[in-house]
Amino acid sequence: MGDTGIGASVRRKEDLRFVQGAGKYTDDMNLAGQVHAYILRSPHAHAAVRSIDTSAARAGEGVVAVFTSEDMAEVGGIPCGWQVHSKDGSAMAEPKHPVLAEGKVRHVGDPVAVVLAESRTQARDAAESIIVDYDVLDAVVDMQVAVTDGATSVHDDVGTNICYDWGLGDKEAVDEAFSNAHHVSTLDLVNNRLIPNAIEPRCAIGDYDHATGQFTLHTTSQNPHVIRLLMGAFVLGLPEHKLRVHAPDVGGGFGSKIFHYAEEIIVTWAAGQVNRPVKWTADRSESFQSDAHGRDHVTTVELALDENGKFLALRESTLANMGAYLSTFAPCVPTYLHGTLLAGQYSTPVIYCEVKAVFTNTVPVDAYRGAGRPEATYLLERIVQVAADDMGMDAAEIRRRNFIQPDEFPYQTPVALIYDTGNYEASLDKALEAADYAGFDSRKAASQLAGKLRGIGIASYIEACGIAPSNVVGSLGARAGLYEAATVRVNPTGSVSVMTGSHSHGQGHETTFAQVVSEKLGIDFDSIDIVHGDTDKIPFGMGTYGSRSIAVGGTAIVNAIDKIVAKGKKIAAHLLETSEADIEFENGQFVVPGTDKSKAFGEIALAAYVPHQYPLEELEPGLEETAFYDPKNFTFPAGTYVCEVEVDPDTGTVDIASFHATDDFGVVINPMIVEGQVHGGLVQGIGQALLEGCSYDDAGQLLSGSYMDYTMPRAADVPSFTVDTTVTECSHNPLGVKGCGEAGAIGSPPAVINAILNALSEVGVTNLDMPATPHRVWQAIRDAQAS
Amino acid sequence: MSVTVSMIVNGNSVSAEVDPRTLLVDFLRVDQRLTGTHVGCDTSQCGACVVHVNGKSVKSCTMLAAQADGAEVTTIEGLAIDGELHPMQEAFRQNHGLQCGFCTPGMIMSALDLVNVNSNPSEQEVREWLEGNLCRCTGYHNIVKSIQAGAEAMREV
Repeated sequence: MGDTGIGASVRRKEDLRFVQGAGKYTDDMNLAGQVHAYILRSPHAHAAVRSIDTSAARAGEGVVAVFTSEDMAEVGGIPCGWQVHSKDGSAMAEPKHPVLAEGKVRHVGDPVAVVLAESRTQARDAAESIIVDYDVLDAVVDMQVAVTDGATSVHDDVGTNICYDWGLGDKEAVDEAFSNAHHVSTLDLVNNRLIPNAIEPRCAIGDYDHATGQFTLHTTSQNPHVIRLLMGAFVLGLPEHKLRVHAPDVGGGFGSKIFHYAEEIIVTWAAGQVNRPVKWTADRSESFQSDAHGRDHVTTVELALDENGKFLALRESTLANMGAYLSTFAPCVPTYLHGTLLAGQYSTPVIYCEVKAVFTNTVPVDAYRGAGRPEATYLLERIVQVAADDMGMDAAEIRRRNFIQPDEFPYQTPVALIYDTGNYEASLDKALEAADYAGFDSRKAASQLAGKLRGIGIASYIEACGIAPSNVVGSLGARAGLYEAATVRVNPTGSVSVMTGSHSHGQGHETTFAQVVSEKLGIDFDSIDIVHGDTDKIPFGMGTYGSRSIAVGGTAIVNAIDKIVAKGKKIAAHLLETSEADIEFENGQFVVPGTDKSKAFGEIALAAYVPHQYPLEELEPGLEETAFYDPKNFTFPAGTYVCEVEVDPDTGTVDIASFHATDDFGVVINPMIVEGQVHGGLVQGIGQALLEGCSYDDAGQLLSGSYMDYTMPRAADVPSFTVDTTVTECSHNPLGVKGCGEAGAIGSPPAVINAILNALSEVGVTNLDMPATPHRVWQAIRDAQAS
Repeated sequence: MSVTVSMIVNGNSVSAEVDPRTLLVDFLRVDQRLTGTHVGCDTSQCGACVVHVNGKSVKSCTMLAAQADGAEVTTIEGLAIDGELHPMQEAFRQNHGLQCGFCTPGMIMSALDLVNVNSNPSEQEVREWLEGNLCRCTGYHNIVKSIQAGAEAMREV
């Protein structure tokens, strides 16, 4: 299947509907008899709610109902999916996350009341007449303030603002290595808080059939089965067979649509209360105040080196912002998705990391594209660069000297992970060549003549994807397994429907997964349909995040296909009057090698459903198989990014002159799609490095609460990219794939900042935090000149 | 209180009684069930709602339906003829100029207006033209390629 199989840049199936505006996103749905929900949110970061007077709102035109937390007394809090333990063995603080505020609001945007009305504008108008008597309290916004004694508590029942105080690694060995080191490099840095901003705002529609007791939630989710599990079991007390969760076309997620949100609960519960469908769609201002934010770490990192620039030890201490409540996967992001990545591509013998997770009066923070791994990569690749500069070493050479070597795999890191395969020098070499690293000096000289400062920066990243082996994550505090499921249904005339628990919200699974099926079954690409996003159609699923879909979901499909082929061989043996052991399956044909006997895949499918000549005594009719696949290990994509910038010292403006990415994603199914994933990730990473930054004032007001205030990367802000791959195959899944969704966002921020600092080194600037806005760069240059 | 608005949408005459504050985008999405035009923000920044009004690209979240009374409106649904994609739609498909597809209708409608005023735009001209269209998935790389390829295909028609 050369032109539609594995390795082909097949044009996407899903695009035919999307380019015609025929996609079906949640907000495109309108159910007969639906009412519209408007959610009144807190304007204060921290306040006691003395009273809520809804009488005027209830009398509003078109108003159907008004609810506050008192009406939802039977509804549980929003659960957290991961429990982290502190160094002393105690479980993390896990305060209740109510659906609607109970006596207190804890961030701007915290839901307080819900109005249902015949139209959206009527609901909004009525909400304006709700009178909430707030007693405004001091807000705690800055993490460093939040952890001091006597700081205002976000949660009275927790007492402090520390959720957990976690550590990983051998502290004693690290301290000893530092005390004996030839050189120690130190860096304080901030990983800026980001707002994910998928262009489709979240939307949720609840529906209830009182005759059957069946609830349905249509929602913008990356993992509908997870939402069904969390909301059904922990919040509303609905069994799975009475709750369908449907996530149709979803307009981007980047992590922000993994989590279980209050609005999903509100519309589902309210539909049962008023016995009508209830629809809520966020406007963008609500997205800024209610979608989980990302990153937000404050870190000190130190690297110990010997006289040859070999890394001896790494030590890191981080404050990680949780926001006001624990979002679904928030606790694992700064710990098991961060601390475990600190070896990077290097054979650093000992590493110690400690993370304090902190409650503040801000929107909850959770996984955003990369989730913990960008934070780890940023601090590591920044301190490696500082060390190179301290030691007078070339940026590429210090990395090369410390890389784990190809013959050292499988490689046990000092921070728990076992890397299966990789060849880091191959990616570095390819990226340096593409970037003409050797010719940088002449380009720098040309920039100098034009009055510009030119710099080059390298980042060599690793990520852990294919999340994740269930027994491992279970031992680390995950409250769910992280396998994936697939059903491959061969229809009677030979077409194939694949029901996958992975969810596509831009990744192109309908194409990539069909390529895998086409290759494995030797059948026409157009006769394969990939079905996702509906708990009524799909056996089960854990969804899409952590670059896991092809490695975990794809493997579940392959395993189901293997079962189909095994059964097909039995059927073929019967039809060809030979033994099963004599049958081989190749290019869509069941053949007896060395003979002219064969049966096409379609003939076997038909025989399975019209079993006139069929071994009915030994074999059931039909041809449909399900597989659940639990990964044996994480996968470890890795690569090197080289960024070159030109800085205008008069304005502080940074222009990205070129950006070269070389990634090892293992086997690539569709190069066109993979390149697209890298492009998108790079721009999110460049956005973090240059433009994006969530900003709160001291009172906890969100200053960056719209596209007027939060700088999203636009087309003219970024260049075109050169992207390329090297390949070492993943050793523990049958496709040899590693995953590609997050790499761009992980590797690019340190590449950009290293490049800028390289450019600014000639004017004496040695440190700069993201985002490197023109003002910040200009100020750094002026400050360096003044000192 | 309501007002009557009448316009030609994708070649069809339509008329409806609407609340005077109804935005053109809501008129198209809710009243006309043309859900290909999307809403991605509330400050007229994202461009997911771009349609053509009397041949020019307009953010339909920035215009009242009543202001489009008597106008000729084209949405993404009006581009393909008898199931055959417009060259710009085909260019987006061939060049992987979309991922989640949410910004895509606005991107394509905006791109067509660019080609109307500049039939052979450079990469930089495309990037600057897209000042009012946000995409979070593609990093713009393949959108720029798509628009240049679409412009080329339209020159050849």
